[in-house]
Amino acid sequence: MNNAPLKIEVKDLNFYYGRVHALKDINLNVYEKKVTAIIGPSGCGKTTLLRCFNRMHDLYPGNRYEGEIILYPDKVNIVGKDVDPIMVRMRIGMVFQKPNPFPKSIYENVAYGLKLKGIKKKSVLDEKVEQALRGAALWEEVKDRLHENAYSLSGGQQQRLCIARAIAPEPEVLLFDEPTSALDPISTAKIEDLIVELKNRLTILIVTHNMQQAARISDYTAFMYMGKLIEYGPTEKIFTKPDEKLTEDYITGRFG
Amino acid sequence: MKRREELIEALTGSTLGLFALGVGFLFPISTLFVLVYESLPAIRKFGLIDFITGTTWDPVAEVFGALPALFGTLLVTFIASAIALPVSIGIAMFISELSPKKLKPVFSTAVELLGAIPSIIYGMWGLFVIAPLMADYVEPFLQETLGRVPLLGRLFEGAPTGVDALTASFVLSVMIIPFMSAIVKDAFEMTPELLKEAGYGLGATKWEVVKNVVIPYTLPGIVGGMVLSVGRALGETMAVAFLTGNVHQIPKSLLEPLTTITVAIANEFTEADSDVYLASLYYLALILFVLSFGLLMLAKFYLLERLGKRWGTKGI
Repeated sequence: MNNAPLKIEVKDLNFYYGRVHALKDINLNVYEKKVTAIIGPSGCGKTTLLRCFNRMHDLYPGNRYEGEIILYPDKVNIVGKDVDPIMVRMRIGMVFQKPNPFPKSIYENVAYGLKLKGIKKKSVLDEKVEQALRGAALWEEVKDRLHENAYSLSGGQQQRLCIARAIAPEPEVLLFDEPTSALDPISTAKIEDLIVELKNRLTILIVTHNMQQAARISDYTAFMYMGKLIEYGPTEKIFTKPDEKLTEDYITGRFG
Repeated sequence: MKRREELIEALTGSTLGLFALGVGFLFPISTLFVLVYESLPAIRKFGLIDFITGTTWDPVAEVFGALPALFGTLLVTFIASAIALPVSIGIAMFISELSPKKLKPVFSTAVELLGAIPSIIYGMWGLFVIAPLMADYVEPFLQETLGRVPLLGRLFEGAPTGVDALTASFVLSVMIIPFMSAIVKDAFEMTPELLKEAGYGLGATKWEVVKNVVIPYTLPGIVGGMVLSVGRALGETMAVAFLTGNVHQIPKSLLEPLTTITVAIANEFTEADSDVYLASLYYLALILFVLSFGLLMLAKFYLLERLGKRWGTKGI
């Protein structure tokens, strides 16, 4: 079943917050146009790992990466010191734990990443904004109010707007950091459908504290504990017959 | 037991309420009343329009017009704010976004200390240090360069004495910069980390995040800080008392001396030897009071309200 091409290869990754050794010797292969879920108890390092992929840790002082994260096809080392984090973030988008639209109109929110890429032509922007909003299953709800404040949308709509904002510049990989933790069940279901839909176009990495969610939407699952990657494999295998006792204990709810 | 606590609560509540009422309501109202009462002779003699548009200030003939002082006040305040605003935003941006984390408190405190310097010191510094520098170097240089540009050049005509609108505005701007940058910095730091990360996550640079996320998000705070600083500049006397020259004229260029309402009052109050003279100074004070009060009200009820509504629909 493993014939999807490799998109990201994590090799012996270690990460430090100052003196705290937060990620220990992570090795992980992420396959193209698949959904890879990262699960594990609070504080296991899953969000820390996710934020390595778009160099979010660079924003705060004292953080240090060791090892490599290779992005295919051009095999660039994302965490390399000579690699510009801005170029990384243009190729790898992110959706956050809570909806965080900019204090601008719906249209401007989606157009922002496009403008950063240097797209200025109104007709091109209009078209790409519509595409992105359709891609995020939000177009029908907002097409008549594109110039209203993004804060006038509901929480679930705001999160879909953030997804539209993230996919508009057409990144190769999209990172989701517990994207439904602040949403109600109906909005959550919509976002989950959307993630499954999106994997036709790009590679997805999702951190979730919700095991059912990982089981529902992911193709591969990584289980982390205390900064280490304990087990990684196809989702159905991890959830039915895991190799590690620790994984099984977590999956069956014996701890965490 | 319960009743006693309720009683104490009611007593503190009403006492504090009285204080608030006294400070927030009675105080400005009674000030206004005194100002109006004291300026009655001048109001009777000149009326409102004649006083505000009058350009003569002649204590001997007892003819008083407020236009030069009013114009001077607005001019100096305007130039000072125009200099202070970009500098303050720059300082706030540097402290909250760009400076190394360890040095942040050092820079913050340094700027706040500037705000603690008494304004008379700014005035003396302006007179003894800045004015000669302006007269010897800056103003001749401006005349050589900008002075040769048609139209704009008119602003720099006249003898460079250093005691003029330009120097007064500059010193005043230095004085309000710490105040303005502290408020803008606080506003900047209220921007949620999550919102900034959204910008960075799309590949924005630091400057793009400040410009497109932090400033739009904190715009009401920036405007608030600006208005408070302008209010302060309007009423500031000592920093500019030595530097305006206190000449009741509408300056034709930035290098001419002028006066402001506060400077006129401070310089002439003890010399006012007739009722109308004294009343005219009170009348000036009344105008200043209404001006700064009006500015604050405008900011509070109109500007911020509108900004709040436009917030989301503003383009990048």
